[in-house]
Amino acid sequence: MDLAFLSMTFLRLLAALPLTLEVWALSVAIGAVIAMGLTWMRVSGSKILSAISRGYVFVFRGSPLLIQLFLIYYGLSTFAALRASFLWPFLRDAFNCAVLSLALCTAAYSSEIFRGALAGVPHGQVEAAKACGMSGFKLFRRIIFPIALRQALPAYSTEVISMTKATALVSLVTLWDVMSVALKIRNDTAVTYAPLLVAGAIYFVLNFLIARAFIAVEYYLSAHLRRRVV
Amino acid sequence: MTWFDLLGFGPKGWGLALLQGALMTLLVSMAGLIVGAVFGSLVAWSKLSGNRPAAAVGSAYAAVFRGVPELLVIYFVYFGSSALLTGLANLIGIEGFVGVPAFAAGALAVGVISGAYQGEVFRGAYLAIQRGELEAARAVGMPTWLMFRRIIAPQVLRFAIPGLGNLWQVALKDSSLISVTGLAELMRVSQVGAGSTHQPFVFYIGGLALYLVLTSLSTRVFDVAEARATRGLRRPAS
Repeated sequence: MDLAFLSMTFLRLLAALPLTLEVWALSVAIGAVIAMGLTWMRVSGSKILSAISRGYVFVFRGSPLLIQLFLIYYGLSTFAALRASFLWPFLRDAFNCAVLSLALCTAAYSSEIFRGALAGVPHGQVEAAKACGMSGFKLFRRIIFPIALRQALPAYSTEVISMTKATALVSLVTLWDVMSVALKIRNDTAVTYAPLLVAGAIYFVLNFLIARAFIAVEYYLSAHLRRRVV
Repeated sequence: MTWFDLLGFGPKGWGLALLQGALMTLLVSMAGLIVGAVFGSLVAWSKLSGNRPAAAVGSAYAAVFRGVPELLVIYFVYFGSSALLTGLANLIGIEGFVGVPAFAAGALAVGVISGAYQGEVFRGAYLAIQRGELEAARAVGMPTWLMFRRIIAPQVLRFAIPGLGNLWQVALKDSSLISVTGLAELMRVSQVGAGSTHQPFVFYIGGLALYLVLTSLSTRVFDVAEARATRGLRRPAS
């Protein structure tokens, strides 16, 4: 194991990083939107919507992401009707299936986080806002959302970090992300440890940066809670 | 063949194979959780000991295994331990490749991941013990080991149950990744069934349903265990 090999490995893995980041960013963003919908359904007061949201969370949190991914990528293609439909050009592509299943999975976890954050908004704040005459969307935008966002951040950062780790699964559906390139280098060169160690370091640094970013956002959003420097 | 034939227990049914896979998933996850408990207690001890180098090692271990993909850890442990074993075997004169059994590698991999999280669970559980109880134990002259066995361990286990329950669910789901090593657990059996019958949807739905059974049943088990373990505790009126 020499320096030239390490730097070659590092550069090749770095070249695969954009795909990992793309899968990660898209699935986190789409997952967040779905999660908000699920949370809204859960707190909507409608029994049917709430039951659907609960069922969704039960299924996607109770089973491994890998089987969900395989169900979508390999399973859906069984249906001739689906293969003939307009959805097929989308679902035929491994990248789309990967993003879709990661997004569906993280949505279940995130919606529980969002629900907890909503439940943690102090009642007095909402009452005060109502007493001032705020209601509906304005109440949500000005009072509930900012407080809930701040409360959701610590748990949500954990979820977002677990998503970077989950992107490694896309290596099992033919995509060339950091994980699969590391395995390829390992296979081609028969060097056991180095490629996986370098890949691990890349993931670790990525997660470290994401964690830092969340801490910075949390710090920025809680300016009024910090002790005043006189 | 209908769905029922494929997933049933008839001559061409995969029902039994899937159930055996589910059993293997349970076994390897349990082994992983136990391995994780060993690593987790070491991490908790290192952080509580007040020993700076030990705490640094404990924190570094936890940070690394929380920050790296589970799949990568599984590959690393599987390939790495086999390479290590082969090297050792060659050293004592046994030629050729010596593979580590997939079960052992899988349990170890799930265990080191779980241990990184269990450290915090055990640390929190230890800190939840009333300080007075430890002082009382000292006051009646209990030596450290006896105090650990009679006072600390039972209560740490009690307070750790909810956290361990969550990590058990994580271990169950992580164990599906061991399928890449060829261990015939639920995920792998579903894959093999999907491949040999060309009915992936049926098998992945069946496997997914069995995972849901496993996770929801074990939620019950942990709820019962928690209720039992805390039956002697006074609780704030609810």
